[in-house]
Order: sequence, then C-alpha cells, then structure tokens
Amino acid sequence: MRFAVLVFPGTWSDGDCQHVLRDRLGQQADRIWHREANLDGYDAVVVPGGFSYGDYLRCGAIARFSPVMGALQRHAQAGRPVFGSCNGFQILCEAGLLPGALLRNDSLQFRCQEQYVRVTRDDTGFSCASAAGDALMLPISHGEGNYHVDDDTLAELEAERRIVFRYADADGQVTPAANPNGSRANIAGVINAAGNVLGMMPHPERSSEALLGGEDGLRVWQSMIQWWG
Amino acid sequence: MRRASSALRGAYCSAPGPADVPRYKAEIHVTLKRTVNDPQGLTIKGGLHSLGYAGVDAVRAGKYIEVWLDAPDEADAASQVDAMCDQLLANPVIEDYRFAVSAETAGEAVG
Repeated sequence: MRFAVLVFPGTWSDGDCQHVLRDRLGQQADRIWHREANLDGYDAVVVPGGFSYGDYLRCGAIARFSPVMGALQRHAQAGRPVFGSCNGFQILCEAGLLPGALLRNDSLQFRCQEQYVRVTRDDTGFSCASAAGDALMLPISHGEGNYHVDDDTLAELEAERRIVFRYADADGQVTPAANPNGSRANIAGVINAAGNVLGMMPHPERSSEALLGGEDGLRVWQSMIQWWG
Repeated sequence: MRRASSALRGAYCSAPGPADVPRYKAEIHVTLKRTVNDPQGLTIKGGLHSLGYAGVDAVRAGKYIEVWLDAPDEADAASQVDAMCDQLLANPVIEDYRFAVSAETAGEAVG
C-alpha cells in the first residue's frame, strides 16, 4: 500500500509513522509537506501527531487551512482511508471530517504514559487485525485529549457503533479510573459514518516495536493494510 | 477557501491599508459553551477558594482576541469579524463568541 504521511510545521510523529509503515511493515510511506495540494496516487493518508502551528488558537485549528487539506477532503470523500493520531485527530475534528472537539485534559496535566484501550469492534479498517474486547497498549502523549461531543452526537455515535476505541485498564475494562483525560464515555478513537476516517488520541507508532516496549500498535496499521491493501 | 485565507490574514497582520479606508478594532471574547466542562475554570475557582474568597460560585476561562482591520464601514467590519469567528477564531462545537467593533483613532493601532 502507498501511504502519505502528512507533515505540517510542528508535526513530530511523521518520522515514527514512516519508519513503522516502511521499515517494519514493508509499505510505501512518503512524508508529504503540507503545501502539497495533490494526494492522487496514495491509497491511505496518515495525519500524525505533534504540535502543528504551535497549537496556536486551538490545537489543529490553523493546520485545517493548509493546501493539503483540500486534497485530504477529496481523498476522504472518495472513500479512501484516513487515519489521524493525537494532533492528527484534533486536525480531523477541526476540519469537520470527524465529530467533536478535543478540550484540555480534565487534570490540566500533560499526560505521557502507557495507556490501554479496548477495541470495541473488529469489523472496521482500523481494528480488523484485533478481536473485539482486546486491550491494546497504545502510548498517549497529550495535554488536550479530552474528547467532547454534545449529548445528541454522543447518542448517535453509540447507536452507530462509531466509538472504536475506549480507554480501559490492562484487562480491557472500561472504567472511570482508566480514563486519562476526562473524555466523554472514555472515547479514545472514533470513526466517521462512512467508515473510512478514524481519529484517536493514542500513538500506535510508539508501540509498534518490541524494543520500544510493545507491539500492540502494529494491529492498527495491519488492520489498514488488511482491509484496504 | 478564499474567505478562510482572508480570515487568516486578518488574524495575523495589521498592515496599514490605503489611507482613505477607515480602520476598525474588534474586541472578541471566545468562551466555552455553558454545557462544556471547563477544567481551567474549576481549577481557578479552587485557587480563589483557597485564597479565602468563599463567595466565588463559578469561574469560566476564555480567550480575548483583538483584531484590527480596514473596512468601508462599521457594518462591513462587523460582518467580516463575524465570519472570522465562524471560520477560525471560535470552534462552534465547544465555543461561543461575542465581539464589539469600534472605529480606530489615529495612532492607536499596533503592528
């Protein structure tokens, strides 16, 4: 598969995502500068984490206006896969590709830690390499990951089974104590209605090598390759 | 996208316009919606309580943004600022905004 890994000023996880996709999983993975206005020829787009535009105004708010975002919208509308992690999730929300917004963590602390998430369903292109109910260790690293949607949108997400990952303990139990940032309903990752755009706060690229403490993150990338490859 | 990019320019620059075009200043308040939990406000409230201000009932934290812009008249300036808030300065999912526009007196603008 050919992956485009987007790079905005201040993006920091692009090198890790490229390394995992190319060197661990044998895919083509090109880093694409945000001034590029054409994503034709790519099967999937990754919007990595970081601090695009210094998080000025709101996380992801300025990146939304980069030229590459028009191409990303067309890519998504064509039904091709888009995966956003951390700041990438914030950008996808700001761009309207996913519902909701990310607020300041309820603790007001930046949280950089190992975190388990429960896979709620295994019939999506981002989770099919896992089994529903699995607990994956995916590191988090953010100050503004407190996922907010209003009551109506939350009910819609639940009814349409669009909450694919929830913060959980190591046994996969979704509890208030396992929620690292105050997100509604322990939401760690959501998918769009069409099923081709997913955003999550955790960083699967940081747990994709045993040397770095875990390989659970590979399941996210492998899901994309299995589903769309 | 044309409007969006003009909103960006407005937010970042205050380069002087043609001398015959009036300049306006917008004072914009962006706040979290009442239905959105505000952890910063709660923490500030706790700080005020610990200072002895027991009567403090609620605190909400927000942003204050100043924008200087050239426009043919005040109504046009207000309409531009409203669009800027919608498109960039506030996120309608979590935030409300309000603003006031006033004519800028000579020598007051910052660059």
